[in-house]
Amino acid sequence: MTEQVSQTLAQPGEQVRRQTAVYVYEAPLRLWHWVTVLCVITLCISGYFIGSPLPTMPGEASDHFLMGYIRFAHFAAGYVLAIAFVGRIYWAIVGNHHARELFLVPLHKKRWWQEAYHELRWYLFLEKVPKKYIGHNPLGQLAMFGIFVVGIIFMIVTGFALYGEGTGAGSWANNWFGWVIPMMGQSQDVHTWHHLGMWYIITFVMIHVYVAIREDIMSRQSLISTMVGGWRMFKDDKPD
Amino acid sequence: MSDIETFYEVMRRQGITRRSFLKFCSLTAAALGLGPTFAPQIANAMETKPRTPVLWLHGLECTCCSESFIRSAHPLVKDVVLSMISLDYDDTLMASAGHHAEAILEETMEKYKGEYILAVEGNPPLNEDGMFCIVGGKPFLDQLKRASKNAKAVIAWGSCASWGCVQAARPNPTQAVPIHKVITDKPIIKVPGCPPIAEVMTGVITYMLTFGKLPELDRQGRPKMFYGQRIHDKCYRRPHFDAGQFVESWDDDAARKGYCLYKVGCKGPTTYNACSTVRWNEGTSFPIQAGHGCIGCSEDGFWDKGSFYNRLTDIHQFGIEQNADEIGTAVAGGVGAAIAAHAAVSAIRQATRKDEKEEQA
Repeated sequence: MTEQVSQTLAQPGEQVRRQTAVYVYEAPLRLWHWVTVLCVITLCISGYFIGSPLPTMPGEASDHFLMGYIRFAHFAAGYVLAIAFVGRIYWAIVGNHHARELFLVPLHKKRWWQEAYHELRWYLFLEKVPKKYIGHNPLGQLAMFGIFVVGIIFMIVTGFALYGEGTGAGSWANNWFGWVIPMMGQSQDVHTWHHLGMWYIITFVMIHVYVAIREDIMSRQSLISTMVGGWRMFKDDKPD
Repeated sequence: MSDIETFYEVMRRQGITRRSFLKFCSLTAAALGLGPTFAPQIANAMETKPRTPVLWLHGLECTCCSESFIRSAHPLVKDVVLSMISLDYDDTLMASAGHHAEAILEETMEKYKGEYILAVEGNPPLNEDGMFCIVGGKPFLDQLKRASKNAKAVIAWGSCASWGCVQAARPNPTQAVPIHKVITDKPIIKVPGCPPIAEVMTGVITYMLTFGKLPELDRQGRPKMFYGQRIHDKCYRRPHFDAGQFVESWDDDAARKGYCLYKVGCKGPTTYNACSTVRWNEGTSFPIQAGHGCIGCSEDGFWDKGSFYNRLTDIHQFGIEQNADEIGTAVAGGVGAAIAAHAAVSAIRQATRKDEKEEQA
């Protein structure tokens, strides 16, 4: 059953609000989302402290391994993020059609542009009533692809290029991604770009979280609970 | 005597004993990272192979590569390799000068067509038809092109020839370019550094002369045996890095204790060179050992990567001069402020909408 009708208990004097629900995000996709959340948090914190290390540890060097642990956390989270992302691409192929939204933006469809324009007006407070969406709204989809997907691929590629510097010539990371370093100039440039990439992702996260909360409150469908339980709830029965 | 002597004959002529010769072979094998079984192989090659002539040209440069080269740790390496080279052409080190020297260049190029190795120190400026560097009355650019035409292989000595170095740093008024921009049809082996380490230079030359082929190169054309790892990977201060023990400012207690120089801008983690293993001046020391961070002199464009004393590089694009964190905080701050403003307007909207609804009800 994909359609579910539920009724919220109304207090006397309040309107009875009907919520229709559609199953949008399948379990592997939700798991990927939250794994990525944890990875991004770990990567940003550990990455920041690789670039600007914590104050010096007192005592003998043999008593500590702080930078070692920070770098381990960064590399481990990077691996998990990358593998999860590969899994996400696989799921885009085998999962339901909502799983493909992240990678395929229908720029060739006129309707998509119209809805994007409408959505832009909604965010600029020029529209009073938002549209209903089962998947992403057009602007959300564009941001997901243009900022998140492109950004995360950039971070994975540059990240493993830098990781390959440590593992050295002949390691898989160096063989696969080592070409990135001369392409960007030298190691220092890749470090700088990777560092900027972190802020790009942080900016994405800020916008993503804000819009998710805002739309959860103001739009006509659920957002946050959808990424937990998979069901998209609609707050009214009015068309579109 | 045959037309071209072997290396061994040259050495013996220079008064080097066979014992010393074999020592040189073992040392070279060790320096090249080869096993002990390679020492006799090197000896055999040097005894039987005819000597390969080397032409050493100088473009826009400061001669620090030559200075480094003649300070090679093992005296035999210096004497033997250098004398083999100076037999042909190196305008800085050779005895002859002027027209006589230039005549030798022409003669070698003619006589050993396709056999000689061209070693280039410095680089050609392209601006004003190459008029910023004149050798023998002609632009160095012409000499370089002519000499490379019939060379077997080309060695790019130092950061100038490999990357461009200081004369190619912004704004590069003479339009100096690394030699691979001019020589496109020959294998080029890059030996970057400002200057490169003497043992690295002699090691590369010895390898090429002995085995008659280029050493294995990495993606950027540097010999893997010397440029395969970063300074950081073999740094003796690495345990302090892993422990999180850093020099916070010059002359602090951590500096006296010899902690990691990462926070004061050491470029060891981004620099490929052999300084932390081979070291300098007969293995005496290297910058980090002397208490100063690596400045990354063997890396492409190291002059243009901001201060030598900052960990994070300044970014110069679009007229800004901030590092990644400063830019990132500004962007994130701006977006945060925009979000806050948008959220405030949204909240007001939501509140007024509710009021309207309640009024309707």
